[in-house]
Amino acid sequence: MGACGQNHLGYPQLDIVEAEQSCGPSGNSPMWRSLDELAGDPRVMALARREFPSLLDRLVDAPSRREFLRLMGASLALAGLEGCIRQPEEKIVPYVRAPEQIIPGKPLYYATAMTHGGASLGLLVESQMGRPVKVEGNPLHPAVPEVMSKANDATKSSLRFGATDAFAQAIVLSLYDPDRSQTVIHAGQIDTWESFYTQLRERLEKDTTTGGAGLRVLSEAVISPTLVDQIEALLKRFPGAKWHQYEPINEDAAIAGARLAFGASIVPSYDLAQADVILSLDADFLVDGPQRLVDGRAFAERRKVGGANAGSMNRLYMVETGRTQTGAVADHRLAVGPREVIQFTWAIAAAFGLQSAKSRFSEVIGVSQSWIDVVVGDLRKSRGRSVVLAGRMQPPVVHALAHWLNQALGNIGTTVTYRDPIVARAELNSESMRELTEGVRAGEVSTLIMLGGNPAYNAPAELKFGEVLAGVPFTVHLSEYVDETSAQCGWHIPAAHLLESWSDTRAADSTASIVQPLIAPLYGGKTSHELVAALLGDPDAKSHDLVRGYWERWHQRRGASDSFDAIWRTALHDGVVAGTQMPPVIRTLRPDIANALEHELDAINELPNAELQIAFRPDPSVWDGRFANNGWLQELPRPFSKLTWNNAVLVSPATAAEHSLKSGDVVEIVISSGSVKLPVVVVPGHPRQTVTVHIGYGRTAAGRIGNSVGVNIYPLRTSDAPWFAGIDRLKKTGTRVNLATTQHHHLLEGRNLIRTGTLAEFVAAPQHPKFMDVDEDTNPQESLYPQREWAGYQWGMVVNQSACFGCNACVVACQAENNVPIVGADQVSRGREMHWLRIDNYYDGSPDDPETYHQPMLCMHCEMAPCEVVCPVAATTHSDEGLNEMTYNRCVGTRYCSNNCPYKVRRFNFFDYNAELRENATMQLRPNPDVTVRSRGVMEKCTYCVQRINEARITTEKQDRTIHDGEIVTACQAACPAEALTFGNLNEATSAVAQLAKSSLNYSVLGELNTRPRTTHLAVVRNPNPALRHTSDESTT
Amino acid sequence: MPQIFHPSMNTISRLTIFGAVFMISALGWLLLTVVRSPYVTNVGVVREQPVPFSHKHHASEAGIDCRYCHTSVEFSSFAGIPPTQTCMNCHSQIWSQSPMLEPVRASFRDGKPLAWNRVHDLPDYVYFDHSIHVAKGVACMTCHGEVDQMPLIYRAASLHMEWCLGCHRHPDEHIGPRDAVFATSAQLAQMSAGESRDRLAADYHVQSKTNCSTCHR
Amino acid sequence: MNPQPNSTNLEHHERLVAPGHTFASVTDKIASIVLARQLKYGWVIGFALSFGLTMLLLFATAWLFVKGVGVWGIDVPVAWGFAIVNFVWWVGIGHAGTLISAILLLLHQEWRTSINRFAEAMTLFAVACAGMFPLLHLGRPQYFYWLVPYPSTMGVWPQFRSPLIWDFFAVSTYATVSLLFWYVGLIPDLATLRDRTKRRVPQIVYGILAMGWRGSARHWRRYQDAYLLLAALATPLVVSVHSVVSFDFAVAIVPGWHSTVFPPYFVAGAIYSGFAMVLTIAIPLRAAYGLKDFITDRHLDNMAKVMLASGLIVAYGYLTETFTAWYSGQQPDLYVVENRAMGPYAFWYWLLLTCNIAVPQFLWSARVRRNTYALFALALVINLGMWLERFIIVVVSLHRDFLPSSWGMYTPTFWDWSTLFGSIGLFVALMFLFIRLLPVISIFEMREMVEHSEHEQ
Repeated sequence: MGACGQNHLGYPQLDIVEAEQSCGPSGNSPMWRSLDELAGDPRVMALARREFPSLLDRLVDAPSRREFLRLMGASLALAGLEGCIRQPEEKIVPYVRAPEQIIPGKPLYYATAMTHGGASLGLLVESQMGRPVKVEGNPLHPAVPEVMSKANDATKSSLRFGATDAFAQAIVLSLYDPDRSQTVIHAGQIDTWESFYTQLRERLEKDTTTGGAGLRVLSEAVISPTLVDQIEALLKRFPGAKWHQYEPINEDAAIAGARLAFGASIVPSYDLAQADVILSLDADFLVDGPQRLVDGRAFAERRKVGGANAGSMNRLYMVETGRTQTGAVADHRLAVGPREVIQFTWAIAAAFGLQSAKSRFSEVIGVSQSWIDVVVGDLRKSRGRSVVLAGRMQPPVVHALAHWLNQALGNIGTTVTYRDPIVARAELNSESMRELTEGVRAGEVSTLIMLGGNPAYNAPAELKFGEVLAGVPFTVHLSEYVDETSAQCGWHIPAAHLLESWSDTRAADSTASIVQPLIAPLYGGKTSHELVAALLGDPDAKSHDLVRGYWERWHQRRGASDSFDAIWRTALHDGVVAGTQMPPVIRTLRPDIANALEHELDAINELPNAELQIAFRPDPSVWDGRFANNGWLQELPRPFSKLTWNNAVLVSPATAAEHSLKSGDVVEIVISSGSVKLPVVVVPGHPRQTVTVHIGYGRTAAGRIGNSVGVNIYPLRTSDAPWFAGIDRLKKTGTRVNLATTQHHHLLEGRNLIRTGTLAEFVAAPQHPKFMDVDEDTNPQESLYPQREWAGYQWGMVVNQSACFGCNACVVACQAENNVPIVGADQVSRGREMHWLRIDNYYDGSPDDPETYHQPMLCMHCEMAPCEVVCPVAATTHSDEGLNEMTYNRCVGTRYCSNNCPYKVRRFNFFDYNAELRENATMQLRPNPDVTVRSRGVMEKCTYCVQRINEARITTEKQDRTIHDGEIVTACQAACPAEALTFGNLNEATSAVAQLAKSSLNYSVLGELNTRPRTTHLAVVRNPNPALRHTSDESTT
Repeated sequence: MPQIFHPSMNTISRLTIFGAVFMISALGWLLLTVVRSPYVTNVGVVREQPVPFSHKHHASEAGIDCRYCHTSVEFSSFAGIPPTQTCMNCHSQIWSQSPMLEPVRASFRDGKPLAWNRVHDLPDYVYFDHSIHVAKGVACMTCHGEVDQMPLIYRAASLHMEWCLGCHRHPDEHIGPRDAVFATSAQLAQMSAGESRDRLAADYHVQSKTNCSTCHR
Repeated sequence: MNPQPNSTNLEHHERLVAPGHTFASVTDKIASIVLARQLKYGWVIGFALSFGLTMLLLFATAWLFVKGVGVWGIDVPVAWGFAIVNFVWWVGIGHAGTLISAILLLLHQEWRTSINRFAEAMTLFAVACAGMFPLLHLGRPQYFYWLVPYPSTMGVWPQFRSPLIWDFFAVSTYATVSLLFWYVGLIPDLATLRDRTKRRVPQIVYGILAMGWRGSARHWRRYQDAYLLLAALATPLVVSVHSVVSFDFAVAIVPGWHSTVFPPYFVAGAIYSGFAMVLTIAIPLRAAYGLKDFITDRHLDNMAKVMLASGLIVAYGYLTETFTAWYSGQQPDLYVVENRAMGPYAFWYWLLLTCNIAVPQFLWSARVRRNTYALFALALVINLGMWLERFIIVVVSLHRDFLPSSWGMYTPTFWDWSTLFGSIGLFVALMFLFIRLLPVISIFEMREMVEHSEHEQ
């Protein structure tokens, strides 16, 4: 059977045709040579359109008789010895005319940018023979921090990576999603772009008579300069037309807050590197917001102690209405309800002399005075070096107060600067949406053009937008999927994916980036530019020309002398357009701000005063629901709950006790706008005044991955209560569900898995902090095995637990780089998730206010690896560079290694999790060709991205030099905004990793087992204010 | 009581008992030979190709360098199979009417690539890199045999893992001077043995790489 | 050792063969079971049932090969499930046979004579069932042969530090030697059957198997040498096999596995379960075929005593485990003890202790040892107990080890159960075939017994 099963393992390294490449039943992969052909090839399209069984269907283990017989037949066919001991024949298909820069086997990187969370994120996308396979950050982009920058500067490295987030990492999967819309659809029938345009023109001619009075354009928040330009042109053409923008997760409160404070909707941006004290008012700034990556980096840098910056650690006070990643790393955390946040902010402001507040600030609040005094004290101490941030969920008054406080603390100009918003029209999304709906109700709207978005699913509940849509005679919806809104529209136009599109976008400082395609549209999708161009009467316009045209005009307007062509090329190469950054604006607070705030005080009374409130939060994985059909994100363990493939009600232990709830119990929550049934997850440290639900689930037209995953929360979400609502009744239904969680146990059981201490303790003895001493000998040296000489490159990694805030970017990055499959909810609930890198989550202290720790766990590459000695076939071995290697094609699947791995980082293919890759033509383009796709029945695990190590070794060997520090960046390390992961050569004394390995905070998890891990961890150091009693003192584990 | 067995059974039974030992060992030997035989390894087996391309003619008679067609061999894991364009560079001028070359012209005309039958084919879980082997002084012929003497290309080595390891365990025995990497067998014949392989191994920093991850990832 | 005062003389009068038996009667009695033309009604039903279960095993195995080991309840952290539990259980059972035949032979324990034959058969079938599981257990069973050291085209060899390789050799050696031992023991009886049967086909089949045995003095002498030699060979294996099997666990670092007490503790457990299984078979067998004259109450009594003794050693093993955990002071080891007693699988742990320690204490009483019903029930209970012991060792140790974040549960699926019961079905089916086709008691050795008992008088 030699060659047989093994061929299932492999994946073609080049775009060589794999005719009958495997002996298996599912061996025939279609040939493709160039992108255009791929896009056009009818066979590919046919295959791509063909229904393929969804993951969960395929993985249920109860056999239907027919399936049983069929499979038996197949496996008997397999048994033909001939086919198995002889290598199957393969074809090799060269180009007819070879393209310029492609060298088969060498990846190319292209700069582009993705727009998410209200601003752009610069990306470098790796293309293998024309297939985008991996996303990295573009360090030249202002919103992207560079990885290993010091080392890179030292070695003048040419290829540099920046950080990314989970969403950016996951877009390559969406690109190849076979569920994406593939044709123009008219009234449920397949139609063509041409016939769409003819009808559109008739319709518009009608409108022109009325000056387009009946024409409405609804878009998501538009940042693309070209698109803004186009739409403005459209509005000029049709003076009566109106343009609306709506995002379910929007900045309305922030804008209102800014208007309240400054009389203008200006946007703050922060310089956390300068901030010694940070007060976050429910702002999850590490993972949310236009600057999240640079803010995350700046914050993390101030959390890393030891070595150079001993005492320079900042201090974070978090006041939050739920559990956020930012709150989890805070030095002091106040878990309260929404009204307490407002009162708390008032109290602080009052302490800094917001006079008028005094009078009204009489009512008692649920916050201990000592807490307020401590915060005020710290803020006062660090005038000009502190920051007050307000979260998007907080009402305008809190934002205004934050602005006021930053002013009062002299932070503006130092840690806080303001800019004009980059979004085309800073308007209140909910207002805009209501206006549109009223227009439709009044019958004013005859033509509605929707550029993306999914309002039928996520518009405010009271608008009933889905029903209203039917009243519009001519509706067009441009979107990547035939979603809930498309179903309601006369016309659906398939949208091109980000990686298929020409466009442009802006960073928070309005630095522009050109979005360039990595691949021709797989399904002939159109961009917004092309649709708007059609509205303007040019159906054949190509978005490349439109975008280039806009910037050419921009260039002429600037009247610069140099040739535009050069500028255009540089912009494409660098991923940013030079000279588009806007300077900060200087604004003073409204003189009458005090009275304005006085008014806003009613906000408190307006707030629903039910003592238990429901908080609607953006989902950390599917955001507002737009990523619902992305398997990587669906299977990403949500922070704290570690839940996958579902949303749930996160409740505090107190609430759970009150209603006698256990995780998995289904509860019914009734609020004024409706009711919902959801399973409960009990989360230690969750405020007792609220319960949290994540929006973006319960999709009905997301695709085969995302349909009917979780429960839709939008029907409860109204425009006057977009984030919080009072709960009338919370009832236990009695039913239980089996939650697909990846971690069931969050207590440390008194084991020294996480070393932790305070900055004070560290400064007291930086060379040997006392919290690093634990009772047993943590790294014994004696061993029965012969000691090895570790010469040459010795790879290792250090994980800085103080810096990690558990954003999950590394997990998805690893999945993308290493072809890690998704397994589906059923398999996850059976404990079979495949992630090579996981972020363990531990609580310590009282369940109501515990310390929370994130512990990234990947293969430790133990020098004394317990897994290696027990493998009967030497499938897992040790390399002379200290790697613990897993050779999939040698593995027979005894699973002994997994049992013997104390870190449980090994993953096993219990089923053929990669069947899709062979069965589905488009999915076949997705995997990274440098990494084997694993077959059923083999073990796998983190390899330290050995493919990158080998690549670097080969390159340097050819140049007769050694590998520089920072030349090899593992996928997880590259993605990490906090630079919590450092990889490199431990034998090179000056390498970053060697430095950290020597740190007095460095320790080996389970070191007492004498496994000698190559991946070591740095203790968690936090910087609590001595004046506040530390919760972990009354440890109750 | 009648005899159940004929007396000859004694001999037969003895034979079968002792014979079994030989039969079984013979079977084992046969298996091990078959998996190493050309039937399985395709060593020396010529594959049907769309065009009967002769390396002998092009490489030794016309004296074209390997890299003229296999362009990426020094830079990439993949040596590169020439695009039709490369063939046409010459064959638009010479033999431009030859019926044998019709498939090439056809390919060039209607942009349909030639589909060659792969001769040297490693399993997909093996990651072989041409560029580093060339850089370390492993000549084309070390693995591909005397290609310049092959009218039609065939596999010269089994490409079994044990064959790879043979070299990876003792690399110094298989490397030569870098400038002789692309030499034809004729040139090699003229070239003197030159400096010792150990010296070369030292100069080129050749190490014995037998980690699993050297080829499998 | 026996609490009952009058039992000593009772034992004295008791014989290993009921009086009044002659060479001929013994031969007739035992051979008739095989040579009888018509099938017994009970035999047909019993065989049909067990055969049905065997088919279930076949179905489960086929489905397993088609879909992969994911059809079982295993996961990470519990990567080993029923397959390994059953394997260890069956190997354990496979101990009694050789112990009885070889060791008791060398110790001149005459009472072994009437039970050794089917005990050995039982051993073979148990080992066959056991040998099946490591194969099914593999993620890619089609590559099982990579565990065999042979000059492969990959130029790599098995990893000899792995206990699984030791296992492979230990079990296969044990199987081979047991088979030889059993077969050699059969030869004279096969000849007897050959001579006694009147039909042609059996004559030829038994004839070939008998290898031309004529019972000449020369044959007998060689036979004795060979038999003793094999006995001597088999003896160390009895101890080695289960010691090596226990290394699978002892060598690993998993808390609850990593313990030096495992080898002796496993061997004792093996003998314990082995004798339990012999009783489980002997009692119905002698009832069904009226063999009470040969498998007497004294036999049962002796086996019960062995069971009691080995059971006590096993109990000691449990004690030592707990003690070492406490003595190590290692938090994970301590937690294993706590988790077994109070964790999610606590019920099964306490059931195990009841089956393997509490209930067998009844064996102190001679009345129980002589009450076949009680003895039969006890044997079954102990079989269950020993299976549970392996379940606790394998699953409960794995499901909560070093990192609380990685703790998980294990829930067997339909396919787990069907492989377990299927293997039992296979075992029983093979036993039925054996009973029907070969003499369940060694005829010629019984003749010797008759000889001796006559001398006694």
